[in-house]
Amino acid sequence: MTKAGALVVTTPSDREILMTRVFGAPRQLVFDAFTKPDLVRRWLLGPDGWTMPVCEIDLRVGGCYRYVWSNEKSGKEMATGGVFRDVFFFNKIATTEKFEDPWYPGEAIVTTTFEEERGRTTVRQSMRLESREIRDGILKSGMESGVERSYERLEEELAAQEAKR
Amino acid sequence: MTPSSLDATFAALADPTRRAILARLASGDASVTELAVPFAMSQPAISKHLKVLERAGLVSAARDAQRRPRRLEAKPLGDASEWLEGYRARWEAQFQRLDALLSELQARKTNTHTKTKRGPTKRGRTKSRRRLP
Repeated sequence: MTKAGALVVTTPSDREILMTRVFGAPRQLVFDAFTKPDLVRRWLLGPDGWTMPVCEIDLRVGGCYRYVWSNEKSGKEMATGGVFRDVFFFNKIATTEKFEDPWYPGEAIVTTTFEEERGRTTVRQSMRLESREIRDGILKSGMESGVERSYERLEEELAAQEAKR
Repeated sequence: MTPSSLDATFAALADPTRRAILARLASGDASVTELAVPFAMSQPAISKHLKVLERAGLVSAARDAQRRPRRLEAKPLGDASEWLEGYRARWEAQFQRLDALLSELQARKTNTHTKTKRGPTKRGRTKSRRRLP
């Protein structure tokens, strides 16, 4: 159950997506990787070919965050942002999330918890969607971007990990 | 496959009794009476759950016999799990990048003799200088 890796995705209700993932690092470090701009922009990049030129995080209740991704080939940009509702250092953060691109309408509440056990950290991230429309939008975009490409990306990552050994 | 049919699938799966009914049907067809046995529920209550499952296309009822055994329909479940798998794969790719970053950060910490504790006493020299007034 507490093995590192192996992301588990479930849908506890019809408007909630819950991700559970274990990382082989203490939770302060994992918390930093989720909340410090210079660390976030190194991994939260989406599919291949995207970079994150804007990553602003004002980590306090009422503070804002804003992410902008840019595709180097097509020049296309995508942005998301929101407000911190809860900030409990190294334990829990809750934010609103709204994509600026009309990728989907409405807002989601994203709650992330960090739990450490013997040097490993379990991250649980729940995305609660405001409306059915917003969830349908996510489902649609997920299907359009295609499962196939995700697998390719995953395989490349795995190959890169193997090569490092 | 439309988002609204996925919607029905996820809504149907959000309830523990309905998931238990699906689990029971996965091992073979069963009538409403048979399905009600393991649950502390009346037959009408079970029928209500079955209706939700039928609307989502997860369960079908045989026309012929009097007991109308219910059957598990695999396709909607497959669609839902396929979508979830795509979502999972995209995030997993990002999290593997995070794994690599975390290893790098830990290696850096070990090199500068710093523990995970915050505070100036145990910090590496160059780093603590920067933070102290």
